Amino acid sequence: MSGIGAAVAAAALFAAAAGGAAAADGPSPQSLIVAGGPTSRSDPRPVEIDADLYLPATTPAPAIVVAHGFGGSKRDVTEQAQALADDGFVVLAYTARGFGESGGEISMNAPRFEVADARRIVDELARRPEVLTDAPGDPRIGVAGGSYGGALALLLAGYDDRVDAVAADITWNDLRSSLFGQSWVPARTLGVFKQWWAGGFFSVGLDQPGAGDDLCGRFTRAWCEAFDRAATGSPPTAGDDALLAASSPASVTDRVTVPTLIGVGQADSLFPYAQALANYRQIRGADPENPVRLVWHGGGHDGGSPEPERLTVMTAEWFTAHLAAGPAVPTVPEVTLVDGVLGADSRRQPVVASVPDLVDAPRVAVPLTGEGGVVRAPAGGAPAAVSSFPGIGGLAAQVGMAPPGQTVSFETAPVDRDLTVMGSPRVTVSLAADPPVGDVALFAQTRVVTAAGTETAPQGLVAPVRIERVGPTPTQVTIDLPAIATRVAAGDRLKVVVGTTDAAYRLPQRPALYRVGIGDDELLLPVPDDVTTTGQSAPAWLLLVVPLAAVVAGVVWALRPRPPRPESRPELVDTPVVVEHVSKTYRRGPTAVDDVGFTVPRGVVLGLLGPNGAGKTTTMRMLMGLIRPTGGEMYLFGERVHAGAPVLSRVGSLVEGAGFLPHVSGRANLELYWRATGRTGDPGYDQVLEIAGLGTAVDRKVGSYSQGMRQRLGIAQAMLGMPDLLMLDEPTNGLDPPQIREMRDVLRDYAATGRTVIVSSHMLAEVEMTCTHVVVMHRGRVVADGDVVDLKSAGERLEDVFLEIVGSDRTVGGG
Amino acid sequence: MTSTAATYDVRTAMPIRVELARQFRRRRTVVTYALLVLLPLIVVAAVKFGPQSSGSDSGRRFGGGSLDLVGLATSGAWNFTVTMLFFATGFLLVLVTAVFLGDTVASEAQWSTLRYLLAAPVPRRRLLWVKLVVGLLSTAGGLVLLIVTSYAVGWLAFGGGPLASPAGGSFSGPDAVWRVAVSAGFIFISLLFTAGIAFLMTVSTDAPLGAVGTALIIVIVSSILDAIEALGDLRQWLPTDYTNAWVGALQPQIDWSPMARGAALAFAAFVVLVGIAFLRFDRKDILS
Repeated sequence: MSGIGAAVAAAALFAAAAGGAAAADGPSPQSLIVAGGPTSRSDPRPVEIDADLYLPATTPAPAIVVAHGFGGSKRDVTEQAQALADDGFVVLAYTARGFGESGGEISMNAPRFEVADARRIVDELARRPEVLTDAPGDPRIGVAGGSYGGALALLLAGYDDRVDAVAADITWNDLRSSLFGQSWVPARTLGVFKQWWAGGFFSVGLDQPGAGDDLCGRFTRAWCEAFDRAATGSPPTAGDDALLAASSPASVTDRVTVPTLIGVGQADSLFPYAQALANYRQIRGADPENPVRLVWHGGGHDGGSPEPERLTVMTAEWFTAHLAAGPAVPTVPEVTLVDGVLGADSRRQPVVASVPDLVDAPRVAVPLTGEGGVVRAPAGGAPAAVSSFPGIGGLAAQVGMAPPGQTVSFETAPVDRDLTVMGSPRVTVSLAADPPVGDVALFAQTRVVTAAGTETAPQGLVAPVRIERVGPTPTQVTIDLPAIATRVAAGDRLKVVVGTTDAAYRLPQRPALYRVGIGDDELLLPVPDDVTTTGQSAPAWLLLVVPLAAVVAGVVWALRPRPPRPESRPELVDTPVVVEHVSKTYRRGPTAVDDVGFTVPRGVVLGLLGPNGAGKTTTMRMLMGLIRPTGGEMYLFGERVHAGAPVLSRVGSLVEGAGFLPHVSGRANLELYWRATGRTGDPGYDQVLEIAGLGTAVDRKVGSYSQGMRQRLGIAQAMLGMPDLLMLDEPTNGLDPPQIREMRDVLRDYAATGRTVIVSSHMLAEVEMTCTHVVVMHRGRVVADGDVVDLKSAGERLEDVFLEIVGSDRTVGGG
Repeated sequence: MTSTAATYDVRTAMPIRVELARQFRRRRTVVTYALLVLLPLIVVAAVKFGPQSSGSDSGRRFGGGSLDLVGLATSGAWNFTVTMLFFATGFLLVLVTAVFLGDTVASEAQWSTLRYLLAAPVPRRRLLWVKLVVGLLSTAGGLVLLIVTSYAVGWLAFGGGPLASPAGGSFSGPDAVWRVAVSAGFIFISLLFTAGIAFLMTVSTDAPLGAVGTALIIVIVSSILDAIEALGDLRQWLPTDYTNAWVGALQPQIDWSPMARGAALAFAAFVVLVGIAFLRFDRKDILS
């Protein structure tokens, strides 16, 4: 399939891409051949129509006929058909005659052929027991289609009063004015031929299976010849006009009195907004009470940003409301506002506006100025400006390229308020040519120029104008510019660009010069008063984050650690440390502490001794609330120890080295630490700094300290506020002998005030000189404890006692 | 030696201003903020003194063209500011967030200060809460610093004037402030995704760089997944899918929908990740 066919097929229906999941789940459709209308003028035998029937879960049910776009087949609408079947409809999708596996020739929705085929399909549905009927032979039925299928839907509703509802998207009202674009109002002559579009369509028809090598492919002779004439520049004959008129919904819209949903794309240079507006007005005129809705959505034959999912839902709701007595649906026209900031994001939700006064919006006149000028139409129509690539994609809001000398523009003053323009702006230009020119083509476009100087062409379409003759006397030409849906901010200017070429059209071949000026010094903008934007509301499930946050907060609160019971033992209030049966087993590792118990009385300096891995540090960390014991209980001054226990404020500690902020001074570290502790009272900075003995270095950053300096500052930090219990792990690490002796005095003095000190050290001689009591640990257990004096027999050194207790394991250190 | 008994009040443990003082004296904080100040300066220098391209006006322009955000950067201080936000949201602000939240607890573990704070005792939840608040305040401060610097630099280089919207129209004075405030607000909320990951990492490791790096890697992987077209609609569940949703605030009428989705996803992820971080830290044995 050519590019054009693919694009048309993709744009062909309300839902090309939606409902994929539903299609995968549902039962496969049932294939059938329906006997259609006569094969041709000369052959009355019915043509074979290739169809698929989709059945809903429950029958009988209303039926929907789904027609595909030009160049496609029933397979292109599988997903939409399946989605509608899932919504409870019997769906019949079929391949139009002249395409795919169906027989016959393409006759562009001629009443005698394609419409007759569709009526035979209605007959077929009327016979089926699965289909709900209003009367014998009259099924409850809706017709849906896009583009080629959309026109068929409207025509069938006009020719067959058994049709109960219609959804017709991106289709034509009048085929002649669609293929020969004319934006000159009122139209006085045939418009400019959309050669690129028509040629694309024709080649798709030539390329159908079974087309053979015929020059006309699967087109009927009459349509084939009509195309040849148009493509080679001959005006349509009366016969061609009759064909075009018969295939146009305009011929029957006065008889369409069933609910009709009309869609039109904003990126559609083939069947632009004016075609949908004509369908809408004519059908509303046929019966003012009949619900008709106009939906001007993103996408269209030029590509753009289609909204298949929204339109699928809208179509299903339309049929549910009007065929199955479902919830009422509004008939207010809807317009999608496509804004670009960082380029199109197909996943972004479009902003959709409800616009009750869309079709008869008040017009705002803004003054238009500009010198005008002479423009050149090149010989042979080339080079030409490019505004869209029919079937491949439009340029959206991009300003197309135009060869030099071919355009002239007029600008308004900055608008004084924000305007929402929806519809066709109207401009009147004056046109003169000396020497006179026959067969003039012009292309006009509205642009928005922001205060910052950026220029955009909303929707990017051009309005074609064809005039049979322009002479030296200026002709006033009023042009309906392409319909735009855009916001114009206060301070922006509007600009009208008039050019002589557009590559998508069949252009006059003779070179010419025109003078283009302002005909009327006002640009008329349709500005609806009543624009309510919807669709930008976020889905309601987003609000679930609020209960989610509440639940998470609740769970975190409920799982907060609670102090273990009992929380206190009043009888121990004067005992600094009581450890009872405490064990610690790491998840992946050995038992570090196993059933340890000891008591530390007030006013003592207790030495905690043991070789590497004896569990001394683990015990100290447990006493600080840093590690949770797997068993046993620990009390400080009668209060149970756990993470964050308030009694820890009576403890000063130094475990496995000091910890300081390297980027601030020693003094500032102590101050910041004290202010973070939550303790009040006198921190005694001067006293502890004297003990640290850092001199002027106290105001240097800690990052520059030696290990000994850090250690001394660490002891000072532990002593801040003179806590009742001091726990020091290897306090003499990094200290030189005089400092060690000094420290010994400091600790003794500290205990002498009735406070308690626990020291772990590997220097047994030191411990012997400092401590009054010792606890000896080995392999996670307490192997001895008591008064230093009691522990050693007369004359013995503590080291000998120690080695006796721990046996051959000589490694003594700070484990 | 006096024997004044210290008393303890848990409500005064680890006040936020103390943590601010502890963090703001760090070189890490200074360098991070310096980066945010440098970005607009470097961009302005590149525009002003960089190689001139041909064309009368193009010497002062850069970026992809006149239709996009970046193309408007030189039209005034406000546009320069939103362009800097656009440049920074993809990586720089994510990096800043990851540093402030990913480093905060792990660095205490690395310095060995964590155990002394907890033994002071600063209750664990109190510590985490203060760390979280100060981390987020520092991130917000970085964002504000970027905006203020960009505006000042943009004003000196390109003058004042209204904020021109790439979608057409312009916002003057209070409206421009409102638009940029909405943008900044959304950017901050979308950064909560990074913040949540980094915060969970920082309580799980003793290596600050590891926590920051892990958070960055997860965000980058999410961005890469977001760029894979084949993932289709699944991508709308990635918080990074909404990195640039704040440009909806520059539409003539603010497009809240993508911002609402992005904010909801980022916030949900943040709440869950921070919740896990708290539960983890509650019961963690502090071995650092």
